[in-house]
Amino acid sequence: MEIFNHNANVNFLGMRKFSVGIAILLMVASIALIAVKSLNYGLDFTGGVSLVMDYDQPVQVGDVRDALEKGGMEHAVVQSMGGTKEVSIRLQPKDDPQSGVANGGKVNLDKIADDVTKTLQAARPDAKLKSRDYVGSAVGEELRSDGIVAAIVVMLGIGLYLGIRFEWRFAVAAIATEAHDALVTVGIFALTQREFDLTVLASVLAVIGYSINDKVVVFDRVRELFRLARKAEPEEILNRSINNTLSRTIITALFTGITMAALYFFGGPAVHGFAITMLIGILVGTLSSIFVASPILLWLGVSKQDLMPKTKENPELARRP
Amino acid sequence: MSDFPRWKYALVAIVLVLGIVYALPNVFLPVPAVQITANRNGTVDQALEQKVSDALKKASVASTGIELNGDHLLASFANPDVQKSASDAIKAALGDDYTVAFNLKSTVPHWLTTIGAKSMPLGLDLQGGVHFLMQVDQDDVIDKQETRYADDIRSLLREKNIRYDSVVRNAQRGQGVSVVLKSAEDRTAAANVIAADYPDLTLTDGPATGDRFPINAVVRPDKLRELSVNTIRQNLGTLRNRINALGVSEPIIQQQGESRIVVELAGVQDTAEAKKIIGATATLEYRSGYGTPQQAIDAARSGIVPPDARLYKDRDGRPYLLSKNIIVTGDQLVDASSSFDQQSGSPAVSVTLNTAGAKKMLDFTTGNVGKPMGVVYVERVVDTKVVDGKEVRTPKITEEVINYATINGVFGKNFQTTGLRSPKEASELALLLKGGSLAAPVDIVEERVIGPSLGQDNIAKGLRAVTLGLALVLLAAAFYYKLFGLVADVALFFNLVILIAVMSAVGVTLTMPGIAGIVLTLGMAIDANVLICERIREELRNGSSPHAAIRAGYDKAWATILDANVTHLIAALALTTMGSGPIKGFGVTLLIGILTSMFTSVTVTHAITALIHGHRKLKTLSV
Repeated sequence: MEIFNHNANVNFLGMRKFSVGIAILLMVASIALIAVKSLNYGLDFTGGVSLVMDYDQPVQVGDVRDALEKGGMEHAVVQSMGGTKEVSIRLQPKDDPQSGVANGGKVNLDKIADDVTKTLQAARPDAKLKSRDYVGSAVGEELRSDGIVAAIVVMLGIGLYLGIRFEWRFAVAAIATEAHDALVTVGIFALTQREFDLTVLASVLAVIGYSINDKVVVFDRVRELFRLARKAEPEEILNRSINNTLSRTIITALFTGITMAALYFFGGPAVHGFAITMLIGILVGTLSSIFVASPILLWLGVSKQDLMPKTKENPELARRP
Repeated sequence: MSDFPRWKYALVAIVLVLGIVYALPNVFLPVPAVQITANRNGTVDQALEQKVSDALKKASVASTGIELNGDHLLASFANPDVQKSASDAIKAALGDDYTVAFNLKSTVPHWLTTIGAKSMPLGLDLQGGVHFLMQVDQDDVIDKQETRYADDIRSLLREKNIRYDSVVRNAQRGQGVSVVLKSAEDRTAAANVIAADYPDLTLTDGPATGDRFPINAVVRPDKLRELSVNTIRQNLGTLRNRINALGVSEPIIQQQGESRIVVELAGVQDTAEAKKIIGATATLEYRSGYGTPQQAIDAARSGIVPPDARLYKDRDGRPYLLSKNIIVTGDQLVDASSSFDQQSGSPAVSVTLNTAGAKKMLDFTTGNVGKPMGVVYVERVVDTKVVDGKEVRTPKITEEVINYATINGVFGKNFQTTGLRSPKEASELALLLKGGSLAAPVDIVEERVIGPSLGQDNIAKGLRAVTLGLALVLLAAAFYYKLFGLVADVALFFNLVILIAVMSAVGVTLTMPGIAGIVLTLGMAIDANVLICERIREELRNGSSPHAAIRAGYDKAWATILDANVTHLIAALALTTMGSGPIKGFGVTLLIGILTSMFTSVTVTHAITALIHGHRKLKTLSV
């Protein structure tokens, strides 16, 4: 079975001004969104309030979560503790619609504890507050900068490898599109104000990995076709490369997408953020592999000469007939 | 077809068998157990085993086995509920001499463990673990700081030749240091030099009486706040180091409130061992020697200690007099490693000090060659006792002279501490010192074992996501690439098995982000097969014969697969080495997954393809 017409020769490069224009627009919009709306950082980043509730009768973690959601506290982290009658709830002050953090700016621990207790007692009268405390953030300053360093090292490492294995133009194109993919993915988080926690951060870094994988496959074909072609018109070669790898690009995106969708729907709330980020990243990465990476190569002026295998000056070989 | 050499078949077969064997332990789920370890006064022996089994019988709790395991006793139970009541019964029967803790008992068969096969440890989110809440002793920070300022001011005045009557800490904590000068001129001079050298002190003149001209030096509140913030930060770092030494992966160590630290250790159910490492604060103090050995013996006998000295003992009970002034403490220590003294061959600890510490050590040794110096080992353990139904915590401080020797020469940054009893003692001391000393002592104020119920819920969900994702991809691949898709499916399945085998063998802690990593790896692993299949299709379209198409498909796709995977590998490597927490766990999974998937999706599929198509004449390919 084949979905794609293998004779298709869509002129992807022909729409390069349009497609790259959109990409740049998306990037600028993402940066603006991140700057203006900022990310909705999760407890991992911001810290918050930790409460322990005690029930007279055994309670299900899911029920507690439902009760909190009904009260408008949607992002609370609920975990069972010790036995079946104790749960720990961690939440950010802003999750509590009544806490009024926005006006005061200062967290009123008593008020939040009170609100949560009332909300839970509305569902189960036997809920009692056992203890309450502030929580620091799991992601310390150093860890946050570690994440940024990791992302930069990833990009440099990949750039270096591509520079050696291919050519510097490929490294530049790859890093530019990677930055685009990561930015746009984070930008969508800023737009939707979904919670940005540590697993989401891990996922954004994974998006970089996926996206580079995707680009390298196209680049590899570009190199192969350039080397094979006698008369190499860059635009034509690039177009052919995208078309030749198109079915693979989309099938792989679909397959990976399927697993991430399974994770999203059945993996439970702990991996929701991860799965949704990957789904966004796969979409963005696939589109940029098709529409953005190659035009950059073209503009950088990739040519057949750049890609011929480097023959070393070998006097031994030169002497041979 | 001799496309595929025999040794490669053998390699594939061996790896697959090894993969299955080493993944196997994960099938045997651990059972809930109660672990009993002896405190100082208890012994673990057959009698204890009898006592425990009697206690369980009396409480009519059924155990599935009691096992004597070296220094601890492990009783296993059918489910967590039984485990809980069993723990209560055992605690009541044994009293304070034993630590009774929840644990998990492995059910992996003996033959598997003997070949080193073990199951993956599960993270806190998957199986629960220990949760500690620790209180940082801020008073101690202020005490230390004020004492240090007093010492510093004293030596500053001496250095500047300003005569003083006394420099002492005020009796009340936080009230600073009282400096008494002999004249008004001295007081002005002293105030000037102190203000110049220590801008963090607020100086106020006290009422002058006769020849007493006091200045009160109080540490500025913002400096104190900064100190307490730094203390917490240093303690967090130190705890992180120590816990890393424990070998717990993905621990959570975070600040809570002003002076509390939360530590969560996944997979650790043995609270006693964790507490020993986390709770113990060990540090060294280098103090100058005082008086003669005879004076020390006299002081020990009479109980009269000179005002400038303190009486210490070594492990054998020999008394030593050391100066009250500390030259250098453990928090000025940068590195410590165990070694052997080159002259005597006895175990030693090599110590490196920071610049401030090095300067002090240099200053001291310069003026004191030929005089004795003592090294005091200070360990602080908090004892918890229940008195009248209330928990009473008493910090117990053990101070011991571990080394008392004559200073042979001037030294600063690097030097050795000799006179340790055994290499083991030296390495333990080095580990504790290198872990960083805690800037302030911590007491464990709350300790909880997090129940596995949430974990079971998460495991069930994770398992469902893995199987469903896998099933969908298998179906899609078989549907889209037919026979070649089926071959890829077999390889993908084995990829999962080998991935789990490697993760188990390496000892990667499985967490929810780790499961997400596995699922992602499965999704991306199929990419190599997609590349191969698409290539084979292309070759067939271009008119190649089936065998040639397979050969060319694998050959040409390999270069692409390699480039794509190496770049991906670089990303995974960066996540693994530079990330922390879930990022690291996810990175490790990704790293292993990329490597295993390269093997299964290229070599394994090639082997199977060669087996199927190898000796037949082919007209068409099912791809």
